Amino acid sequence: MPSSWVGTPVLRREDDRLLRGHGRFVDDMHAAGMLHAAVYRSPVAHARITSLDVSGARDLPGVRAVFTAADLGAVNRPFPLPVPHPKLRAKTPVPLASGTVRYVGEPIALIVADDRYIAEDAFDHIAIDFEPLVATPSLAGALAGGDCVIHPDLGDNVAARFGQSYGDVDAAFAAADIVVRERFTSDRGSGQPIETRAVFAVPDANTGIITVWDTTQSPHVARRLMAATLDLPEDQIHVIAPDVGGGFGPKVVFYPEEVLVPFAARALKRPIKFVEDRLEHFRATVHEREQVHDVELAASADGTLLGMRVRIVHDTGAYVPWGVIVPFITLTTIPGPYHLPNYDAEVTVVYTNRVPVTPHRGAGRPQAVFSMERMLDRLAGELHLDRAEIRRRNYIGADEFPYDVGLIFRDGSPMRYDSGDYPQAQQTALEHIGYDAFAAHQGEQRALGRFIGIGMAAYVEGTGLGPHESARLRVDSAGKIQILSGAASQGQGHETTLAQVAADALGMPMEDITVRTGDTAGVPYGIGAFASRLGALASSAVKIGATQLRERILQAAGSFLEVSPDDLEIVDGSVRVTGTPTQSIRLGDLAVAASGAFPGSTLPNDLAEIGLETTAYFRPAQSTYASGFHVVTVEVDPVGGIVTILKYVISHDCGNAINPLIVEGQVQGGLAAGIGGALYERTVYDEGGQLVSGSFVDYLLPTSAEVPAAEIYHILAPTPLNPLGAKGAGEGGTIPAPAAIVAAVENALWPDGSFHLHAFPLTPELVWQAARDACGAP
Amino acid sequence: MKPAPFDYHRPATLDEALALLERYEGDAKVLAGGQSLIPLMNMRLARPAALIDLEGIAGLSGLRFERGRLHVGAMTRHMEVERSAAVRERIGILSAAMPYVGHLAIRSRGTFGGSLAHADPAAELPALATLFDATFTIAGAAGEREVPWNEFFITFLTSCLEPAEILTGIALTLAPPQAGWSFHEIARRHGDYALAGCGAIVELDAGGDRIASARVALFGVDATPVRLLAAEPAFAGRVPSDAAIDDIAADAAANLEPATDVHGSTAFRRDIARRLIASGIREAATQASQRRAPEALRA
Amino acid sequence: MTADRHAVAFTLNGTPFERTVDGRLLLSDFLRHDLEHTGTHVGCEHGVCGSCTVLVDGNPARSCLMLAVQADGRAVETIEGLTPDAAPLSPLQAAFRKHHALQCGYCTPGFLMTANALLRGAEHLSRREIREALSGNLCRCTGYSGIVDAVDEVMNGAPASNGEADPHAV
Repeated sequence: MPSSWVGTPVLRREDDRLLRGHGRFVDDMHAAGMLHAAVYRSPVAHARITSLDVSGARDLPGVRAVFTAADLGAVNRPFPLPVPHPKLRAKTPVPLASGTVRYVGEPIALIVADDRYIAEDAFDHIAIDFEPLVATPSLAGALAGGDCVIHPDLGDNVAARFGQSYGDVDAAFAAADIVVRERFTSDRGSGQPIETRAVFAVPDANTGIITVWDTTQSPHVARRLMAATLDLPEDQIHVIAPDVGGGFGPKVVFYPEEVLVPFAARALKRPIKFVEDRLEHFRATVHEREQVHDVELAASADGTLLGMRVRIVHDTGAYVPWGVIVPFITLTTIPGPYHLPNYDAEVTVVYTNRVPVTPHRGAGRPQAVFSMERMLDRLAGELHLDRAEIRRRNYIGADEFPYDVGLIFRDGSPMRYDSGDYPQAQQTALEHIGYDAFAAHQGEQRALGRFIGIGMAAYVEGTGLGPHESARLRVDSAGKIQILSGAASQGQGHETTLAQVAADALGMPMEDITVRTGDTAGVPYGIGAFASRLGALASSAVKIGATQLRERILQAAGSFLEVSPDDLEIVDGSVRVTGTPTQSIRLGDLAVAASGAFPGSTLPNDLAEIGLETTAYFRPAQSTYASGFHVVTVEVDPVGGIVTILKYVISHDCGNAINPLIVEGQVQGGLAAGIGGALYERTVYDEGGQLVSGSFVDYLLPTSAEVPAAEIYHILAPTPLNPLGAKGAGEGGTIPAPAAIVAAVENALWPDGSFHLHAFPLTPELVWQAARDACGAP
Repeated sequence: MKPAPFDYHRPATLDEALALLERYEGDAKVLAGGQSLIPLMNMRLARPAALIDLEGIAGLSGLRFERGRLHVGAMTRHMEVERSAAVRERIGILSAAMPYVGHLAIRSRGTFGGSLAHADPAAELPALATLFDATFTIAGAAGEREVPWNEFFITFLTSCLEPAEILTGIALTLAPPQAGWSFHEIARRHGDYALAGCGAIVELDAGGDRIASARVALFGVDATPVRLLAAEPAFAGRVPSDAAIDDIAADAAANLEPATDVHGSTAFRRDIARRLIASGIREAATQASQRRAPEALRA
Repeated sequence: MTADRHAVAFTLNGTPFERTVDGRLLLSDFLRHDLEHTGTHVGCEHGVCGSCTVLVDGNPARSCLMLAVQADGRAVETIEGLTPDAAPLSPLQAAFRKHHALQCGYCTPGFLMTANALLRGAEHLSRREIREALSGNLCRCTGYSGIVDAVDEVMNGAPASNGEADPHAV
């Protein structure tokens, strides 16, 4: 047994069943008499439904029911808004469209049939007429409004306009030696977990409880919203997220199917399963990333930042199912790890006839980091400063924490960086990639006709989003520890990491501890897995709870054994007087005794609490700030604009790592998503709002041939804000990757800084075109 | 994404298969490897009334070298071609191209004939078929006919196959052993359809310095694979380092009409083609001169 | 409407089966729902992600691109057949665990079947070749390095790397 489980690269418990093919994902579940659902979705981007006749579908042999908006009655109302904002003119989705459809993929009808094949056959038998409306042709076109206003009662397509600022930017710009201006753009992308969404609702006529197996990242939030939309008491809904095949953000959101499927199951009194297919996923599950940033940066001649002005336009799609958190995060992430004394940022959030937008791994930060980091490179170029040096001159120092940024973060509290070592992160990464020797090397290769380049980017990321996370712990009658966490798992290894934390706090071996997540019956309140919060919060809740449980165990044992708890230890499944094995009680027996072994049994007078069980919450005072630095070398093939990553080095600060193996996996996995977002993943809509890139043939995910293994160095700057000193690790691999990679491509083609790349993802054609533009080719 | 309803047939003979195709009057499709057809059916972009599976018909697969030609049965799996030592030795460019055809799992099931009949102009095999002056053996109710490569590929995803016909075999005419070859494609990721690709074969003259003859085939650059018949004679007589080769390549590329899609525009693909033609010719010439070297030493 | 029904006889992980299936039933659905072997997963149904990879007569095949009827006369192997339930993990599976080659586990069966086919081929592939051979399987969680390390170790006995420079690197 290691001296400490926390910090040890323990191999995961989840792996055995997953490696054998015995994982239990939603579509693996069966129930007697189950039926299968499909959703008929709008084929057009913006139209009024003038007639809808589903009788042909209903009559198809094997079809059991077809539900339209009319069949839902009062249930068909807009969803509650989970994350409010005072400036948001919110339009949330409804379960089924009735009057107007606003994006290709919007649900119109639910078909329930004996199998999915028949349910899809039924699509052909739905007779529907549309009166076409003008679709928003682009983000700019949507902002202009006019004849393509999506929600007419709003008058235009502006969902919200808000900003944050501090200091006096006007004065800063007036005093500046240099001002650099640029426009940056990013395209839509999507999370694309390998498992699509699924909902399996199983009503129990005997108990009146409906169990909903759901790929959600937030079972408790899903249950609350199901209860609200279906008008049922929460206690009648049991949401379980079993094994889930990746989440990355999109599975946090509440979707129409999470209302429709339970509704239909109750109406038909049959279990009903909906499994989204991949083509549907492209049109039905949320996207993220499209923004336009107009940035101005003011600095002194020595590269010291004086002020920054940013105007952002953000595409939020046809509805705001989650709120406007993405652009809010973008605004607050831009200042990054630097002293930026004056800042004024504003975002205009725009409705478009496209799939709604909510966070996907990175959540608005890749765009923010892109703007700041690319501007620093521009500034360095203008001032003839080395890119590493200009960052060095502006970093917040390791001795400056806590550091008040001057902004309000998403949790409503002032943004205060609590820990980090930004200069060290840069230094470590640059040393390991051989930055100092690179320029000479680059020159040699250029002479041989090879275009290699180096790019870098730093970031700070608010993690550990509150308001809390929960854990319920108890000793069972066999003396084993059962832990139920409000967290939900989509591959993060909670069954292992939370057991590590508990083992340390309890002073017991890991094998005596079992962790379950993702079940609303487990803990009364939970928030879920997103925003890189579980390393900090779920673990802290377990640590607090396990510490409490140990105290309870010792107090109860002391009470039954009539000794002081200070004289007791837990060894081999028993509580015993330290060094006296004969004076002991087995944990399981203690659990039974402390909860009242039989009717009329006597509990000791000094037994403080009944039973060996506790529920703990961790409430963070504020978010905790992870950070890091990426540096990458690439080769660019000018013939086809193909970019090959040569070497990728990451410095990563997530505070104390509970399980270093899992942290590395999160960083490497995040990097793959970052590479995808930098070079491959581009969502394309045409001017009529049709999704052109609607399958894996056109939307490209990076493969093992495109994603190298990064060298990952850990910068240890534990946070004082939670009992483990841990910060989030799920998104740091993604956030600065587009900035670093695009910078490297630019450097490969124009090491003298004479030409700039302003957009991501870079496609081969964009690279090729930029190269031609730079040399004035026709 | 489940396919629409259809009848499935697995005939035991070619005649049975042809009769079934006749019966369905153009609304049946042949199932070979399924690697192109089944995705389309799962997406309901293809909805044939019937699938006629050729799996059970003997004699439709296999590789055979005979009198300067490689005969490939239409149902020969890509994997068999990829693993063939004889192919590697005698028509090396085909071995070089096979790893670019999709991925391992695609190649276990996908067939040589299926890829050709699918006629995707961005695929490798249709271009190689044109490079080797392939003839296509097609069976129909009226018997067998042979079609040369320049009549087989009609346009995007369209071959000359009538609805009730079945491609049974393909014959590629081998290049002389002393010819050099080159094969390159530019793709966004490993295994993707090419943005553009080029196969080239060059023979050098007796002196070993100049190009005696050249053949070039391109994929991803038009509605069908393209053989540069007009440009090929212009390469004759040139030394590989001759700048004129770039001009010929540029002219040839300018006449191509590649499609524009999310992965690349017409102009982009033309530019890639231009560069691949020139570098392809040069690389094939280099390989040809390396092949001659042992003879030169002996002489 | 009469469905188009066909008899199929095949082996699944060595065990003979006979069933009657709809002509249009996909092999992936047949394995998962009719034969209750849910270890094979469905990710895209258009032959790109590789999650549905099984072995057919020893070769990797995308079961979403095969009809159940096409299994007739074939030997099909799925992840459940790699290691008997009571037995310890195979060297490949153990290597996956050691190198943290899985997170959510959804793509894992597909990778294991593809890797299995590579290992049976008995060739020694370089890391670059391993990456290319695995590029027909998509993963969104791991970033692939653990998977490559695991296959490399079992195939070549090679230790894992902390980071990797591209062999084409300068």
